[in-house]
Amino acid sequence: MDTWKTRIDPQSPEFRENREGMLALISEIEAQLEVARAGGGERSVLRHKERGKLLVRERVELLLDRDSPFLELSPLAGWGTDFAVGGGFVTGIGLVSGVECVIAANDPTVMGGAITAISGKKIDRALEIARINRLPYIQFVESAGGDLRRGTDDPDAEMRRNLVHFAESGRLFHDITELSAERIPSVSIVFGSSTAGGAYQPGMSDYNIFIRGRSKVFLGGPPLVKMATGEDSDDEALGGAAMHATTSGLADYLADDEVEGIRMARSVIRHLNWRKLGPGPSLPADEPKYSAEELLGLLPVDLKRPMDIREVIGRITDGSRFEEFKPLYGTTLVTGWASIHGFPVGIIGNNGVLFSDSSEKAAQFIQLCNQTDVPIVFLQNITGYMVGKVYEHGGIVKNGSKMINAISNSKVPHITVIVGASYGAGNYGMSGKAFDTRFVFSWPTAKISIMGPKQLAGVMSLVRRGQARSSGREFDETEDAKQNAAVEDRAERESLALYATGRVADDGLIDPRDTRTVLAISLSACHSNVVRGTDRFGVFRM
Amino acid sequence: MPPIKRLLVANRGEIARRVFRTCREMGISTVAVYAEPDADAPFVREADIAVALGGTTSAETYLDGAKIIAAARTSGADAIHPGYGFLSENDGFARAVIEAGLIWVGPHPEAIAAMGDKLSAKARLAPAGVPMLPSVDASGLSAEELAAKAQEIGYPVLVKASGGGGGRGMRIVEEEGGLTNAVSSARREAKSAFGNDTVFLERYLESSRHVEVQVFGDKHGNVVHCFERECSIQRRHQKVIEEAPSSAVNVDLRRRMGEAAVAAAFAMGYDNAGTVEFMLDASSTFYFLEMNTRLQVEHPVTEAITGLDLVGEQIRVAEGCHLSFAQDDLRINGHAIEARLYAEDPEKNFFPVSGAVVQFEPSASNSVRVDSGIESGSVVSIYFDPMLAKLTAHAQTREDAAMRLASALSQLRISGLVTNRDFLVNTLRHPAFLAGNTTTEFIEQHEPARRRVPEDGELVFALLAAALTGSAARAREQGVLRGVQSGWRNNRSGLETARYTFREEEFAVGYARERDGSLTCTVGEASHRVRLFDAPEGHATLEIDGLRRTAAVLTRESETWVQTPHGEIALREVPRFPEAAREAVASGYAAPMPGKVISVHIAAGEAVKTGELLIVLEAMKMEHRITAGSDATVAEVRVTAGGQVEAGEVLLVMEGESVG
Repeated sequence: MDTWKTRIDPQSPEFRENREGMLALISEIEAQLEVARAGGGERSVLRHKERGKLLVRERVELLLDRDSPFLELSPLAGWGTDFAVGGGFVTGIGLVSGVECVIAANDPTVMGGAITAISGKKIDRALEIARINRLPYIQFVESAGGDLRRGTDDPDAEMRRNLVHFAESGRLFHDITELSAERIPSVSIVFGSSTAGGAYQPGMSDYNIFIRGRSKVFLGGPPLVKMATGEDSDDEALGGAAMHATTSGLADYLADDEVEGIRMARSVIRHLNWRKLGPGPSLPADEPKYSAEELLGLLPVDLKRPMDIREVIGRITDGSRFEEFKPLYGTTLVTGWASIHGFPVGIIGNNGVLFSDSSEKAAQFIQLCNQTDVPIVFLQNITGYMVGKVYEHGGIVKNGSKMINAISNSKVPHITVIVGASYGAGNYGMSGKAFDTRFVFSWPTAKISIMGPKQLAGVMSLVRRGQARSSGREFDETEDAKQNAAVEDRAERESLALYATGRVADDGLIDPRDTRTVLAISLSACHSNVVRGTDRFGVFRM
Repeated sequence: MPPIKRLLVANRGEIARRVFRTCREMGISTVAVYAEPDADAPFVREADIAVALGGTTSAETYLDGAKIIAAARTSGADAIHPGYGFLSENDGFARAVIEAGLIWVGPHPEAIAAMGDKLSAKARLAPAGVPMLPSVDASGLSAEELAAKAQEIGYPVLVKASGGGGGRGMRIVEEEGGLTNAVSSARREAKSAFGNDTVFLERYLESSRHVEVQVFGDKHGNVVHCFERECSIQRRHQKVIEEAPSSAVNVDLRRRMGEAAVAAAFAMGYDNAGTVEFMLDASSTFYFLEMNTRLQVEHPVTEAITGLDLVGEQIRVAEGCHLSFAQDDLRINGHAIEARLYAEDPEKNFFPVSGAVVQFEPSASNSVRVDSGIESGSVVSIYFDPMLAKLTAHAQTREDAAMRLASALSQLRISGLVTNRDFLVNTLRHPAFLAGNTTTEFIEQHEPARRRVPEDGELVFALLAAALTGSAARAREQGVLRGVQSGWRNNRSGLETARYTFREEEFAVGYARERDGSLTCTVGEASHRVRLFDAPEGHATLEIDGLRRTAAVLTRESETWVQTPHGEIALREVPRFPEAAREAVASGYAAPMPGKVISVHIAAGEAVKTGELLIVLEAMKMEHRITAGSDATVAEVRVTAGGQVEAGEVLLVMEGESVG
């Protein structure tokens, strides 16, 4: 296999400037991570600790095998929304008793652990990752329940804007038991309240660990019971841990304290006799020849200068090895084989806009990976499919569709890293979030949107100009320039990596230097399930 | 007598190995006998033939002369060496050996018998001109007579068991008031220890030294001495550090003591190795203490300064050969000091400890001789003497010998159980020891530290070495994601932690790997920059805040031993998940139902009898009386009157109850 030989000069002013820009973005992200880690804030954290409780991250750390890695998913979910950064919920993939598990944990210091639109998305995604990768699911339950807050200033307007209905909720209960049906175990540790609808979280789990004097699980609390039946009761009698362990049978294990509860969860996982179904790493896992540090200087923050994606590949693959497939054909797309921490992978990366030839090359390569059961890593830096008369005539829609057909029906695991641009259908064709991609991570330089902000503003301006012309109105150039700037500014902000990650449109932003590690953890997670390609694609339009 | 072809050592441990070593050099085949707890001991393996004595205790094995003689027959041995202790000074056994037609490697039984009882030995040797302290047999004396005799001798008075040794049955009486009690308790102790309750009174010499002279005789009437040894450093009346020559003995005194010792041996017709023990007072006057009719534990110091092989000489003499040297052939070469390494806890009055020796690895040195009966993995049983090894340093000067021995002890690897190593090192480096101010009260008087205080940074190094070694071991055992950096996080909320106890103190160690490969570490509140380097198997090399050190690190389950150049630091890791989270307590002592504590009738430490009222609870408007289900002692009371309890809540714990 060929070893990549770098063509960049880490001493060049360009490289240094790129690096400075990237480091600035990373420190901005680090600052936001700090906000996320602070949970519900100092007072709330203090109150929680005073009750003798562990913080959510302390619980997670205690659950994990010592010295094992932990990949937190969407740690900045909620950024740029009305919800807390982090969404009051921690999800991730970690080792528990030697088994890779999905961990999903309420942070009770944030709004009492209430489930919000953001934490709901995180839970859904965590369950999806558990299901498609066949990872045992461990949830830490301590939640005030659903977020019942309602705005008061203009209820009618709010109702009109709100398109989410209660009847659409509750899918997570379906998903938990679906895991069980697929023989993927679910374990709940109930650290506190899990009442009303929340009671079904442990209710649907395979294994329940309750904590004496802490867990509280009932459909209706004492006030509701009083209202409904006139019966007097208290929390402990109604749904305390001891009651559930001795009387209702909802609790399988009764722990004396949180630490013991976590120990019990570790012990449950240990007895699963878990066997991964994928073949696991099979190739030499030597470090790349080039330092991961150099990933910081490859890409300008404004994405204005092109980058050879093979410079990224050469810094994440084992021994910097990369066997390129069709290197002379459809050269704006780079395809080839390599391994990451010993896991064989196909890599598809962008070196420019997608043309018909590069799209067809992708479709062929994806089929080959499916033939050989090799997972695919997508490295996105794509402004989209080429437009223009020549290209439309040349069947760019038809050929681009072949690529999207191939990635949609491909059954080998896809892992996508958005390193730069991710615009329009380019996002789809390069296995974007909506295409059952196992994992999607973004570099801080990622920009995701329907098209580039400048292009979007320009298109909108042209539309306005057209409308003015057809209605015979005079076109106000000053007003247009103002609108143009406003549209571009908003599009630019909406395209930023933080905006996407805040909406759980990816699985998290990563430091470019961590790319290889994140891919390794993701690939290893994928190998928990069968790694098997498909031989059934949609009809390729010829 | 014919030359010995196959020799059985009626002993165990280091002395058995010591005798075997000389046998191998002399071409004599070796036979070991062993008790069950010694089945895997090195001395058993190293013998050409080993015979199981069938039994566990000393009485069933090494003290059972008949079994040993039978073993000699079965194995075809033609001689028996008794070592020290056990049957070595049992004249009956010596006789039985000889009667069985075997060669006894020791003095003739009459000499053993005569010296076995201190009073009779004194009576026997006084006429030969051996200086004696006046002593009074306490047998049959009334309290008044005893008091009068003691007055004659002058206080303080020493009460000693005639048939004893090792400090048992011995009492120092400072004034008349304590005399009667001391005599009767010494009698009781002597009776139970030696089966002979004869005790005598003697003047107690303060600030005296224990100086003994090695003597050697053959069957042709030759008797020589091989100079003196000083064995003043004693704890619990047992020697721990011995040396030759004595710093208190000059040429003239040496000659006089040697002559006295030879006179004593000559009077007995002594025909093998023996030791005449003296008390040497501050005015250089010496008095006979007792004679040991065997090879001494501390014989290596004499071998070091004379170049003799005392065991080889014992064997040749037993075969009937003439002594291979004459008095004039002997010269003192330099100075030798021996230290006895024991499995014992100096902080608990040197109380013996038992357990597994996880690692034993003497430091390599040409000037330090190591005699040991153990190896890594050996178990120190409760049945036998807990001596682990003797280290003997030989140098031209006493100071050099002390320094070499102290270094060898510090660098010795002995892990797994508490030893007196640090105490020995502290003693050897004590200014009073180095100045030669050694008396039998040295330890009480100078109080060398019983344990070592780690140097600055040494404990931090040990804690980090233990934590990072543990981390590396876990990384090796990790079944998946092996190549991913240990402890990797994309959103780090804290350091990986490990908690250890060192002695009684607990330390939290935190660590996290940085991108440049270095580590950010904390020990307690202090933060350290650490770099980890490749190190040989079983070692750790760490640079902590710019200072790089390498040390051997050994971990077994929760225990880690870090061997620094200064000695060992033993750490115990505090488990992440306490095993004792759930308490198994007799049901009677847990609340049968939720309720209120009305009254508590006992306190921790109190003994209770079956049926005794412990606690009264009120629940459901009824009084519940919690009473003792069996006789026991209260270990812990967990509730107070007026408090609320939940069903199943533990109210109190009795001693010895399982809490795990």
